[in-house]
Amino acid sequence: MTAILDLWAALPDVVRSTAWILIVTVAVILSVAFTTLWERKVIGWMQLRKGPNRVGSIFGLLPGIFQPFADVIKLLLKEVVLPSAANKWLFRVAPAITLIPAFAAWAVMPLDPALVIADIDAGLLYVLSLTSVGVYGIILAGWATNSKYAFLGAMRSAAQIVAYEIAMGFALVGVVMAAGTLNLGDIVRAQEGGVSSWFFLWLFPLFVVYLIAGVAETNRAPFDVAEGESEIVAGFHVEYSGIAFALFFLAEYANMILISALTAVFFLGGWLSPFEGVLAADNALAQPGFHWLFLKLFFFLTCFMWYRATFPRYRYDQIMRLGWKVLIPVTLVWIAVAAVMVHFRVGPWSAN
Amino acid sequence: MTPTPTLASLAPALPEIWLTVAACIVLLTDAFAGRSARRITPTLTLLLLALGAAAILVWGQVDQRVDLFSGMYTADPLATVLKLLSFLFTAVALLYSRHWLEARGLLKGEYYVLVLTALLGICVMVSAGSLLTLYIGVELLALSLYALVAFDRDSGIAAESAMKYFVLGAIASGCLLYGMSLVYGMTGSLLLGEIAVAVQGQGVAPSLGLMMGLVFVVVGVAFKFGAVPFHMWVPDVYHGAPSPTTLFIASAPKIASFALAYRLLAEGLAGVEPAWGQMITIVAVLSALIGNLIAIAQTNLKRMLAYSAIGNVGFILLGFVAGTERGYEAALFYTIAYVIMALGSFGVIVLAGRRGFEADELDHYKGLHSRDPLLAVLMMVMMFSTAGIPPFVGFWAKLQIFEALWASGHAPLVVFGAAVSVIGVFYYLRVVKLMYFDAPGDLPVPERHTGVRFTLAINAAAVVALGLFPQALLELCQRVLP
Amino acid sequence: MFVQILFYAFSAILLAAALGVIASRNPVHSALSLVLAFFTSAALWLLIEVEFLAIVLVLVYVGAVMVLFLFVVMMLDVNIERVRGGFIRHAGLGLVVASLVAAQMIGVFWARNLGVDATLGAPPLPDDYSNTRALGEVLYTQYVYPFELAAVLLLVAIVAAITLTLRQRPGLKPQDVAKQVAVRREDRVRLVTGVDAAGTGPGADRDASPRGGEGA
Repeated sequence: MTAILDLWAALPDVVRSTAWILIVTVAVILSVAFTTLWERKVIGWMQLRKGPNRVGSIFGLLPGIFQPFADVIKLLLKEVVLPSAANKWLFRVAPAITLIPAFAAWAVMPLDPALVIADIDAGLLYVLSLTSVGVYGIILAGWATNSKYAFLGAMRSAAQIVAYEIAMGFALVGVVMAAGTLNLGDIVRAQEGGVSSWFFLWLFPLFVVYLIAGVAETNRAPFDVAEGESEIVAGFHVEYSGIAFALFFLAEYANMILISALTAVFFLGGWLSPFEGVLAADNALAQPGFHWLFLKLFFFLTCFMWYRATFPRYRYDQIMRLGWKVLIPVTLVWIAVAAVMVHFRVGPWSAN
Repeated sequence: MTPTPTLASLAPALPEIWLTVAACIVLLTDAFAGRSARRITPTLTLLLLALGAAAILVWGQVDQRVDLFSGMYTADPLATVLKLLSFLFTAVALLYSRHWLEARGLLKGEYYVLVLTALLGICVMVSAGSLLTLYIGVELLALSLYALVAFDRDSGIAAESAMKYFVLGAIASGCLLYGMSLVYGMTGSLLLGEIAVAVQGQGVAPSLGLMMGLVFVVVGVAFKFGAVPFHMWVPDVYHGAPSPTTLFIASAPKIASFALAYRLLAEGLAGVEPAWGQMITIVAVLSALIGNLIAIAQTNLKRMLAYSAIGNVGFILLGFVAGTERGYEAALFYTIAYVIMALGSFGVIVLAGRRGFEADELDHYKGLHSRDPLLAVLMMVMMFSTAGIPPFVGFWAKLQIFEALWASGHAPLVVFGAAVSVIGVFYYLRVVKLMYFDAPGDLPVPERHTGVRFTLAINAAAVVALGLFPQALLELCQRVLP
Repeated sequence: MFVQILFYAFSAILLAAALGVIASRNPVHSALSLVLAFFTSAALWLLIEVEFLAIVLVLVYVGAVMVLFLFVVMMLDVNIERVRGGFIRHAGLGLVVASLVAAQMIGVFWARNLGVDATLGAPPLPDDYSNTRALGEVLYTQYVYPFELAAVLLLVAIVAAITLTLRQRPGLKPQDVAKQVAVRREDRVRLVTGVDAAGTGPGADRDASPRGGEGA
């Protein structure tokens, strides 16, 4: 074991970074696969159904565990239909444009106290800019398809994402003010000292706004007007089939996981343990680690599914109203409050 | 590292700070006052302007040049005087406008907010210490004016003129910015003071890059002034904009144009005066000539006054051509005098109309004397004065320019200026003839708002008084220019 | 060396993208080329270690401005052939102006090397140097005045845009969300007792809604 670790340490930086990138990417893809299963299960339970339970099991436990693989194989084998009036080049490239930012953002995600692929200063801005780029895939898919439904979906998505990006950015301004840094790792470190220091308590309105804006940014229910299958069939990806559709699907779920992880990092102390300061410092439960981040991430991910099972879809004008007239003013007010708190060293800022 | 500014050290920047706060107050008051906003907003704006002017007089005055914000802000006696005058001219313009706006359903808080931000832009330009702030001031003013021109949304002609203004203004801003970037590239600084040092002694033949920069800067300045050959927007904007907006554009922004030219050319680029002097000469001569010639052919009073403005801008620029202290003093005197006269004449246009009747055609002034003797008298005073007939202030303004040109050895320009003035007299007097010697027909009688008419009378009285006793204003101009 | 290769690669892409902006037949393609140009400019900035500006360029221009731009371009469906009609006619003049502008820019950089050779990347900076912090420090000290003025400029733009576009049109029936939320159950639903399935029971006449009453 030590031999392997030594070998690992001896490898050049480029190789190690590449290895980490591969590991994280594969982990995200696998998580997406099981997230789809988990979603169908959770919603099934909420609606008093069983959910998928036919494909495979591990020694009779966890029936349906291999459902995602069956889905992927099915999608891979299907034909990708290219509409004759579509803009062929953009039609093909759009799914990739959606997918790349969703994965690239993981580069700056602090997974554990020591592990982050790229520890850059402006990490928060990097994440924000990448999530905002993802919308291009949707717009281009809608436009390149050359169909009215797809185009409507794309237009809705563009307006929605621009509107909610502002609220999201403002919510993060509060986080930056509280942490005094744009580096995601340092933002987590700024929340050290137990649950009472986590930002979600002190920036609660911003936390709520961020969560809502996150749901909107990922085009998930109840903000899924870009798809809106009951009115515009399937929105921007109406003509996508097979693996091309699977890529959009993958990007949507990868974005969900990303937003959940970011919420945990920004507001719930990322990898920090909730028992820090409550239990003795040498207690295993009080130690920080990736498992805490994973638990928090999993919680928010399940919330996404909960929303989907609970809320009816917003109408387009209601979305705009909520974004511009409710969320943005709330963030503006709370940024001012946060500034006062930071300046007068209230709460977790009293120490420094 | 620059030292942290204290509150007291920011006192010279009071006008800008005050205006920003005032614009926000008006905006919020208007939004939350509901139905009563219509009554509150105009009064509140005037009150804030008056308070601001008083505050500047008490706390914001400086005896000598003070540089703030790392040299980006210049406070000197000239800036204080120009700002106070801009406050005054803006307040007067707003006073004239209120009934016009009310009668046409355009009395909205945003109008006042945009006027305040335009005034802020003017103040920023007046106090600019660097190319950066100068440019932001230009944009602040221009952006507010675009919206003010398009303010009457149901008017096609207003929308058209706003569009023209916007497109041409954007090109002008581009030219100005490009010229500034070249100047910055050649001198290595954005601060006007450092630029002045860098270009010192380059005289008639600056380097090619600087020359190019100068060309674009002069084009930008000429555009903002509305000087020939970059005057195309002036008649359309004056004609198409709602009359109160025209009134405003003709007033305080002219002060800003003077400040733009003075800060940029006379202060920052003083070292290459011979180089830009030639260009300004061409622009000034063309403006004075073409403005006065084409004004004769107009049938619309607003258009005619627009060409008159072009011609007057030519005279202001002739003061810059002189390139001496005397010349700048004369240009400042001319600017102030012209703005007072423009306020009066456009004020009459605003007051002579009523709902459903815009008194902007020349024919609408037929027999104004029999319909409204006071307005006719006031208009006559303004026309005589603008034509440069003694004893009104317009005469002294022209005389100052001629003296400065003569003293600096530009005798041919003096002759030219005098000749052009004589051409101008024709169309100014035509208005007087229409008002007094033509039959009124069935033109409507203007509404009478006593307070506003009183102010307009004071405005005309100022034209007469300054014409009889020009010494006070002259001394002020001499005192504030170093 | 590696940085130099990257520089020339990104520069080539940038130039190609810029050409694409003006040469594309389809306005959407032009807009997309512009997006690519912004991206590569950001990459070039990263090479000289101005990470904050690079990321903000992507965030603001690519993430927000160009999305709205695309939105408009796609909605308008511009007939590009008619707009390009005069292209050949004005090409000569355009070339002259373009070469003049290029010559001037080269002249300026020739006269004053601004001290940065972007092809080589930036000199290594100390580890604790933060581009963002440095920028923030000058922005809020030395440049605070133009910075605040730029903020006012944006405010004016908002006020102007709202003034020119927002007007009360007659005939609109927008929802009042506050009223909708304030509705209580009693306002909308009434518990009707003693009505059997067919609606003909003794309570039907008394409790049925007016319309139901007419029906009965």
